[in-house]
Amino acid sequence: MALSGLDIYKLLPKTNCKDCGFPTCLAFAMQIAKKAVTVDKCPHISPQVKQKLEEASLPPIKPVEITTADGSFIIGNETVLFRHEEKFRNPTAVGFILEDNLSYEQISSRIMQIEALRFERIGQQLTPNLIAIRQTKDRQEFVKTVKIISEKTKFALVLLSTDIDAVKEALGYLKGRRPIVWGIDEKNAAIFAPIIKEYQAILAVCGKDLDQLSKVTTMLQNQGVQDIVLDIGQAKPKERLWLLTQIRRLALKKSVRSLGYPTMVIVEQDDVYQQTLEAATYILKYGSIVLLKDSYPWQALALLTLRQNIYSDPQKPLQIEPKVYPIGAVNQDSPLLVTTNFSLTYYTVVGEVEASKVPSYVVSVDTEGMSVLTAWAAEKFTPEKISQSLVKFGVKDLVKHKTIIIPGYVAVMSGDLEEQSGWKVIVGPKEASGIPSFLKSWH
Amino acid sequence: MAIEQLKECWQTKINTVTIGATAEQGGSRLHTVTVGGQTGLPFLSAEAEIPYKPQIAFEIWDILPLDWPEDLMRVYGGCLANPLEWAEKCVEDFNAGLLCIRLQGAHPENENRTPEQEAHFIQQLLRQIKVPIIILGCGDDEKDNAVLCACAEAAKGERCLIGSASSNNYKTLVASCIADGHNVIAQSPIDINIAKQLNILITDIGLSADRIVMDPTVGALGYGLEYAYSIMERARLAAFSGDKMMAMPFICMIGQEAWRSKEARASQQDFPTWGEATARGIIWEATTAVSFLQAGADILVMRHPQAIEKVRQYIELFNI
Repeated sequence: MALSGLDIYKLLPKTNCKDCGFPTCLAFAMQIAKKAVTVDKCPHISPQVKQKLEEASLPPIKPVEITTADGSFIIGNETVLFRHEEKFRNPTAVGFILEDNLSYEQISSRIMQIEALRFERIGQQLTPNLIAIRQTKDRQEFVKTVKIISEKTKFALVLLSTDIDAVKEALGYLKGRRPIVWGIDEKNAAIFAPIIKEYQAILAVCGKDLDQLSKVTTMLQNQGVQDIVLDIGQAKPKERLWLLTQIRRLALKKSVRSLGYPTMVIVEQDDVYQQTLEAATYILKYGSIVLLKDSYPWQALALLTLRQNIYSDPQKPLQIEPKVYPIGAVNQDSPLLVTTNFSLTYYTVVGEVEASKVPSYVVSVDTEGMSVLTAWAAEKFTPEKISQSLVKFGVKDLVKHKTIIIPGYVAVMSGDLEEQSGWKVIVGPKEASGIPSFLKSWH
Repeated sequence: MAIEQLKECWQTKINTVTIGATAEQGGSRLHTVTVGGQTGLPFLSAEAEIPYKPQIAFEIWDILPLDWPEDLMRVYGGCLANPLEWAEKCVEDFNAGLLCIRLQGAHPENENRTPEQEAHFIQQLLRQIKVPIIILGCGDDEKDNAVLCACAEAAKGERCLIGSASSNNYKTLVASCIADGHNVIAQSPIDINIAKQLNILITDIGLSADRIVMDPTVGALGYGLEYAYSIMERARLAAFSGDKMMAMPFICMIGQEAWRSKEARASQQDFPTWGEATARGIIWEATTAVSFLQAGADILVMRHPQAIEKVRQYIELFNI
């Protein structure tokens, strides 16, 4: 956790020499706490104090960069326990486990199936992030499988193997790809550390409790290994939830550096529903990486949607640009639907308009990202606002008719709106799901 | 050096609310259902007392459900047209310990059933089914005031949970809950301040705090789930830090929301990349349910028997 101005002041020379450019050491300390200046402005500070201050300014949970074949993403660097306190920053990386006992054809089809797990929701592409390869047989089989998979996919990779020779060979093959190497514990940390450093891979430390994890990460820190994730092992779900909560709490509230790393959970329940629900739990609560045994499309769709929900910024509802959007091959006779500029509302409406196969215009009114009813209650979706938007977007030049369709929930405004806009108002369905049948019968 | 765990010790516990009354308690239920009483966040029993597990209520309608997808209707077979048979099936075949009756038939746009008709139906149901019940109105304020009062009287002494009271319309319902010995659902529109204000209004007119259950109005997975999720977390943290007017258990209308979403309803033909439709519907409802359990839900109202079964197993798994 960051030090307060007073904590910093105690570490300064307290001579008020002004060499830093501030009138007193206390004033300087306050500025450091605000991160307005850096500590090296003080020429009299000892290297020990300097190091201490620099360490205190590090993020409490280390951001770790995971590399794919054509890019990278960050996990960790979380700052809160509850999303309403600020937001959750770096979405849980979701991945699937493949074992090395699969044939070439089986691997190919699994990879193809996983690559197809791409979903578009409210203007964002949702995809999984990782493929984990587990060693079940000998070194050759494992390395062969790693090679095939790495050629077939750009996903970031996790190596689930503690066979040092197998891992070394695989790493040699995966140069530049920085996979996560899993299974590092008290016993093998010393052997793995130099290899990991050489290949700049990421270490997944395993331990069944906080003491074990902390012991290994401290050991690795001393050897200069930086990029670490914490795997809490195969405990019962309730115990795992407790450990994940403790790791997050201790890192944030007690500045426990040895636990200040992203976390990883492997979920392998045979019942695919329970597997999904357990994985969902760790997306909600403090998992940075979640690896699953199965990869059914409906499973991935549910989990990736949940991740999108939970990692959205509570202070900023997702908005789209307020304007008029043509959907499909529109012409001068196309219907004109009015809605808000809250992403969820807009994309739900557009999805249904597309499904109706009736080309239409959708007018997105600036409601500051509020949904229909909320915006109506807050007077952001009023006859005035809608009339102004129609004029501003030049809607009358787009269509020959003078009719607009409004959401069923705001039917009460139709009279006022007709008067103010001069457009004929038709009340549409309350729920977007009613749009296809509405458009088909109306057209 | 050993790591010392960081355990939260909160000052206030969530109220316990009991639904149903046995013969000795002046009703005719064979068992009662109690929720609440916890002193900490969901499933963290290493630091908190969690005396009661979350409960799941099967949702039942007095008329043939409108707008339920076919896949969901099919699971119940032919019983949906007869609510008594439907209720019995939930208890007998699916082991329901709590039922939630939605009196949709009373709505003026549906069958416009009279308060007497609905009260008679509730009486029949209570005679035939012996598990505790939740009674929900049709959503039309004026009609609900008449219908729910009649039903509350018909169910006098059975300690049902009846809803919903809102900040614009709570007096009539709360008065009859006081008169006939029921609990009330206080519904607020994803707003923590309104939720608290409504609890104050209801206790002010004389219903004790341990007879209120809050409905925060949840959204389904993919449809604003995160809003209610965070409202519930905030409300819980406020309750644990001493705000007694936030210390009511939560009820979440999971089935109603989940089965409206496209992802739960669409066929595989229309969305080939979304995977098998039946499993997708079940996981949509179950994932929505589990998310709200993690935010602190005490009662879940759900629809698909298989989703309910999976969430029950989940609750067991997170309790051992």
